[in-house]
Amino acid sequence: MITALIILALLALGFGLLLGYAALRFKVEGDPLVEQIDALLPQTQCGQCGYPGCRPYAEAIANGDEINKCPPGGEATIKNLADLMGVEAKPLHGGSTEPEVKKVAFIREDECIGCTKCIQACPVDAIVGATRQMHTVITSECTGCDLCVEPCPVDCIDMVPIKTGITNWRWDLNPIAIKQVD
Amino acid sequence: MSMESLFNRLKAGRLFSFPGGVKPPERKALSNQTAIAALPLPDKLFVSLKQHIGVEGKVQVKEGDKVLKGQVLTASPNPFAVPVHAPTSGTVTRIGLHAAAHPSGLPEQTIEITPDGLGQWTTLSPIPNYAQLPKMKIIEAICNAGISGMGGAGFPTHLKISSKKDVEFLIINGVECEPYITADDRLMREHAWQIRQGIDILVHLLNPGAVLIAIEENKPEAIDAMRVACKDQSRYLVCPIPTRYPAGGEKQLIQNLLDREVPRKGLPIDVGVIMQNVGTCYAIADAIFSGKPLIERVVTLTGESLQAPGNYWVPLGTPVYHLLNQAKYVSSLQQKKRIIMGGPMMGFTLHTDLAPVVKTSNCVLVPSDQAMPLPPDEQSCIRCAACADACPASLLPQQLYWHAKANELERAQDFNLFDCIECGACAYVCPSDIPLVHYYRRAKADIRIQEQEKQKSDKARQRFEARNARLEREAEERKAKHAEAAERRRQAMQQPADNPQDKIAAALARVQAKKQAAQPDAVPEANEDKVAAAIARAKAKREAQQAQTGEPAKASALADDPKKAQVASAIARAKAKREAQQAQTTETVESASPAASDDAEAAKKARVAAAVARAKAKRDAEKADDAPESDAQPAENAQIDDADAAKKARVAAAVAKAKAKRDAEKADDAPESDAQPAENAQIDDVDAAKKARVAAALAKAKAKRDAEKAASTTETNHQPDDITQVDDAEAAKRARVKAAVARAKAKKAQQQDDPS
Amino acid sequence: MTFKVASSPHQHAMRNTAGLMRLVIYCAVPGIVVQGYFFGWGILVQLILAVLTALVSEGVFLALRKRNFERALGDYSAVLTAILLAISIPPLAPWWIVVLGTFFAIVIVKQLYGGLGNNLFNPAMAAYVMLLISFPVQMTAWAPVQALTQFSVNLADAASVVFTGFTTDGYSLGQLQTNIDGVTLATPLDQVRTDLTLGLTYHESLQNEIFNHGMGIGWAWVNLAYLLGGLVLIKTRAINWHIPGAMLGTLAAIAAVMYATDASIYASPAFHLFSGAAMLGAFFIATDPVSAATSNKGRLVYGAGIGLWVYLIRTFGGYPDAVAFAVLIMNMAVPLIDYYLKPRVYGHWSKRR
Repeated sequence: MITALIILALLALGFGLLLGYAALRFKVEGDPLVEQIDALLPQTQCGQCGYPGCRPYAEAIANGDEINKCPPGGEATIKNLADLMGVEAKPLHGGSTEPEVKKVAFIREDECIGCTKCIQACPVDAIVGATRQMHTVITSECTGCDLCVEPCPVDCIDMVPIKTGITNWRWDLNPIAIKQVD
Repeated sequence: MSMESLFNRLKAGRLFSFPGGVKPPERKALSNQTAIAALPLPDKLFVSLKQHIGVEGKVQVKEGDKVLKGQVLTASPNPFAVPVHAPTSGTVTRIGLHAAAHPSGLPEQTIEITPDGLGQWTTLSPIPNYAQLPKMKIIEAICNAGISGMGGAGFPTHLKISSKKDVEFLIINGVECEPYITADDRLMREHAWQIRQGIDILVHLLNPGAVLIAIEENKPEAIDAMRVACKDQSRYLVCPIPTRYPAGGEKQLIQNLLDREVPRKGLPIDVGVIMQNVGTCYAIADAIFSGKPLIERVVTLTGESLQAPGNYWVPLGTPVYHLLNQAKYVSSLQQKKRIIMGGPMMGFTLHTDLAPVVKTSNCVLVPSDQAMPLPPDEQSCIRCAACADACPASLLPQQLYWHAKANELERAQDFNLFDCIECGACAYVCPSDIPLVHYYRRAKADIRIQEQEKQKSDKARQRFEARNARLEREAEERKAKHAEAAERRRQAMQQPADNPQDKIAAALARVQAKKQAAQPDAVPEANEDKVAAAIARAKAKREAQQAQTGEPAKASALADDPKKAQVASAIARAKAKREAQQAQTTETVESASPAASDDAEAAKKARVAAAVARAKAKRDAEKADDAPESDAQPAENAQIDDADAAKKARVAAAVAKAKAKRDAEKADDAPESDAQPAENAQIDDVDAAKKARVAAALAKAKAKRDAEKAASTTETNHQPDDITQVDDAEAAKRARVKAAVARAKAKKAQQQDDPS
Repeated sequence: MTFKVASSPHQHAMRNTAGLMRLVIYCAVPGIVVQGYFFGWGILVQLILAVLTALVSEGVFLALRKRNFERALGDYSAVLTAILLAISIPPLAPWWIVVLGTFFAIVIVKQLYGGLGNNLFNPAMAAYVMLLISFPVQMTAWAPVQALTQFSVNLADAASVVFTGFTTDGYSLGQLQTNIDGVTLATPLDQVRTDLTLGLTYHESLQNEIFNHGMGIGWAWVNLAYLLGGLVLIKTRAINWHIPGAMLGTLAAIAAVMYATDASIYASPAFHLFSGAAMLGAFFIATDPVSAATSNKGRLVYGAGIGLWVYLIRTFGGYPDAVAFAVLIMNMAVPLIDYYLKPRVYGHWSKRR
C-alpha cells in the first residue's frame, strides 16, 4: 500500500518535472493576443464596431468582446477571429448578410468647398487638400471606412465600389457550367 | 551532371523524363496541311496597349492621327513595358476601352486603327551588322521591336536575354504540345532559316554552352527542317521529344532534357537555362535584319467548325470575327458559340469575337460540339488520384481541390498551390468532370487579392498609427503651450499693470489694427482676410520694431515686450469674451422666448440673433487670430536677436487665439444648452425648440466656418505666392462658397428636421 | 449573342466515374462466374438482393439529403459496393444478412460520412466486418465446393435457403455444409487454422479432402479468376499496379520467409495468395479509390500494410481470413500515409542540381 503510494507520488513528481521542463524548453514566444487579433482586422479604422479604430477593438476582443462587430471584415474576418480565439463564428452583428463590396471614397471635386472636414475625419490621412482648395482621395490609401461621408457639409463624397479590373478579377466566369451536384 | 556529358547524352538521343502528363488526341492534321497564308486586312484593327506580362506604355498618338505601318504607338521608360506598333498604315479612329483577349472578357485600353489599305511602312532601321554593335544596342532594338515571348505567357524578351548569369543551355522551344495548334510547326517547316538567324542573335547575346532545339516527335518535317538549317553548327542540337502533354511547358521541357528542376519561385536561369519560343526567334531575326517590329504573327485557325482551317499571318489587333469569317466558320456545328483562344488544354474562351489577336495568341480554336463536347456537371470526387498521376508538377490535385473548394486557402498553399502550372492535365483525366484548374485559379486569385488586402491593411494601420501619434503630439504641444501661457498669465497678474506707456501702446495697436481690419471691407472684390492680414502683419511688424527700439534696456525688454503683446491680446480676448457673452445672452433670451411663443417670428428672431452672434464671433475670431499671428511672423522676419521676446509674443498670440476659439466654442455651446433647458421645462411646443436648435446649429456652422477662415488666413500667410495667384479666382470662389453655405444650411436643416 | 464561356481545359478524357465503376464490375464478372460455378447459385441470389438494397437505400438517403439521386445512382458506385459485399459473404447466408450489410455499407459507412468520396472506410469491408462480428455463425457458414457436397443445390434451392433457411427439399443449411461422409466442411483457411490448433502440421492439414494438391479446391480457381479480372483493370489503367502489387508481394514475401523458417506450421506463399479473398481483396477491394492512399508511394505503403495485416491476422489472429480487417486498418492509416508520403513537388529540392 505504502509502496504503491510512494510509487504514484514519485511518478507524479517525475511527470510534473518533465512537463515543467517541457514547458520551459519548448516555450512558444507568440505574438501577444492583441497583436494577433489586430493583424486579422481589416484596418479600415471605421469605428463601426463601436471602438475608435481597429486596435481598440482588438483589445476589446482580447478582453472578451464579441468577434462579430466588424462589418468591413465580413464573414472572412469573423471566421479568422473565431479560429484564433477558439470560439464559434457568429453572424455579423446587426445581421446584414449582403456580400460586402469593397468601396472607396470619391470626392465630386467641383462641388467640394475645401472645408477640410473630411481630412480631419479620415483615420488614415488618405484625403489631401487645403482649406478652400479642392480635396481629393488617395484611392490606394482609402480603406472605405465611410467616416468622411458624414462630416461633408455639401455631401460631395460618394462611396464608390472598386471596379473589377484584370488585376483583381477572381475568375468569375459567370455562365460557366460549374454546378455542384453531389 | 556536367554540361558536356549532358550534351553528349542528348546528342545520343537519350532524354530524361518528367512525371505525369497526358496524351490527348492531337488533331493537328486539321491545320498543318497547308502553308501559312496571308489574310485580307480587316476593316478595323484593335491594338491592345498591353499584350505581355508587365506594364503598358504611354500612348504616343491621338485620335485622328495618321499612322504608318510599324510606327510605335506606346512608349515607356519602365523596363517592364514593351511598346506596341501600328500593324498597318491608317488612321487612329479611337483610343479607349475595348474587349481584350483575356479570359475575364474585361475591356482594356486599346488603340483602334482604321487601315487605309496602303500598308505604307514607317522608316525601318535594320542592324544586319549586329555582331559589331554593343550588346545593349541589340537588346534595345529587340525591346523597341515590341518582342515578348510568343509561346504563351508573353514575358518581355529583352528582360529574359539581359541576364547576367552564365547560360549553359539555350533551349529553343518548338515542342508545341497542345493539341490542334500547328503555328510553330508550320513556322519551323517554312522559315527554319530565319529561326536559325534569330537563334544566332540570341547566341551572340547570351553566349550559351549549347543550343537545344526541342521539337515533339509528331512533327518530323519540322525536325528535319530545323536539322537542315542548323547542320553547320555543332553546338546546335535538334532534340526530338516524345509526344506527351505538357512536354512543352518550360519547366517540364527543362526536366525532360536536362533532369534539372527550376527552383520554386525561381527562373530557368537559376539552373543555367534560358528558353525561347521559335516564334520569338523568328521575330528577333525580323527585328534585327529587317528592322520590322512585331506586328504580325502566325495564328492557327482550327477546329471542326471551320471550313478553311490552317495557319495564317495575322496582323496583331485583328479582331477574331474577321478570322472566323475568313476561315469560314460554320455556326451550325456549335449549339452556342464557343471560341477558344489558345489550345484546348490551356486556352480560354472568349466572351466576344470583337477581341483582337495579341502577341501571345497562337491559336483560335473553334471546335464542334461533337469533337469537343461541353463538359457535364461536375460530380463528387472519388479520390481516384488520376489527377495526381497526371500532374507534371507532382502535386496532389485532389487535396488542392478539397481545400480550394472549402476556401481553406492556407491549407491549399501548404499543398503548394502556387506550383501548379495550370496545364489542365488533372482536369483532363478527372472521371468526375471536376473543373479542377478553375478551382485553383480562383483560389490563386483569392490568395493574391488577400495578400494585396493584407498589405493594404498593414499600410492603413501604419498610417492610422502615424496619424494618432501626430494628433497626440499636437495635443501635447498644445497642452504644454497652455501650461506655459497660464504660467505667464499668472505672473502677469502678479505684476501690477502700472506702466501706462504699455497700455497706450496697446491701445494704439488696437486702434490701428481695427482701422486696418475695417479698410479692406471697403474694397469690394479684394480678399478681405488676406489683405487685412497682410496689413495687420505689416503694422504689427512695425510695432514690434518700435517696441524693440523703444526699449533699449535689455532687462526691461524681456519683461516689456511680451507684456505689451500680452496686454493687447488680453484686451482682444476680453472683447471677444464680452461679445461672445453678449451673443450668448441674446441667444439665451431669444431661444428661450420661442419656448413660450410658438410662432415663426421667434424662429426668425433666433436666426437674426444667431446671425448677429455669428458676425461678431467672426470679427472677433479674425481679429484675435490675425493680429497675434502676424505679430509672431514679422518678429521672425525681422530677425530680431531677442528670440526670447519673439517666442513669448508668439506664446501670447497662441493664448489669445485659444481664448478666441474657446469663446467661439462657448458661443456654440450656449445655444445647445439653451435648447436643453427648454426641453427640461417640458414645454410641449417641440416645434419651437426645434427651430431654436436649427438656429443654433446655423450659428455653430457659421462660427466654425469663420474660425476656419481665420485659420486659413494664417496658413496662407505662410505662402505669399499663393495669395497673388488665388486673388483672381476669388470672386468666383466666393460665389461658390456662398452656394456651398446655402447647401450646408439646407443639409443641416434637413438633418435636424429628419429625426422628428 | 452570348458566347459559351468555360474554364480550360476544354478537352476531356472520355472516362467518367460511372464508366470506371462499370469497368471494375465487368472485370469482377469472371471471378463471380467461377465462384458461382464452385459454390452454387446462392451468389446470384445474394447479388440481386445486395444490388437492390444498395440502390434503394442510396436513393432514399440521397433524397433525404436533398441531393440529386438520379445522377448519383447512375455512377454505379453503390452497385459496386453491393457486389463486393455480396461476393464476400457465404452464398447461402440468410437474406437479412446481406440486406443488413448492404444497408450498413451504403447508409452508415458511405452516406453518413458525406456520400461518395467522403467515406473514410471501404463500405463493403466495413459492412463485412460488422456482419462478421455481429453474426459469426452465419458469416462463416461457407458451404463447401459443390463437387464435394452431398446435395446439389439449384437456383430455387439457393433462393429458398437464403429466404427460409431450407432448400425446397427441406434440407437445412447445416446439412448442406456437410460432405458426403456427413462431416461438416470448412474453408481451406478455416481448415488449416483448426488443424494447426489441433496440433497437426500444415502438410498434414493439406491431406484433408478440401485440398487438392495443396490448394483449396475451387478457391484457387476463384482467386485466379479475380487475378485475371484484376490484370485487365491494370491493363486498362482503371487501377494502378501499386496497391495490388504491394499487397500480394508483401503477403507472398512474408509467407515465403515464414514458410522457409518452419514449413510445418506456416502455410506456403501460394496457399496464401490463392486462398480466401486474397486476389479479390488485392484488385477489387483495396483499390477502392475513395478509401485508399493517393500517391504512388503511399499506395505502395498502403498495399504492403494490407498484405502484412492479412498475413498476421491469418496466421496469428482469431479469424481465418483477414482482408476486410486489413483493409479497414489501413483505411485508418491513409490520412497518415498521405500526409507523410506526399510526392516531392517540382522545384522543391533542397540540395540537388
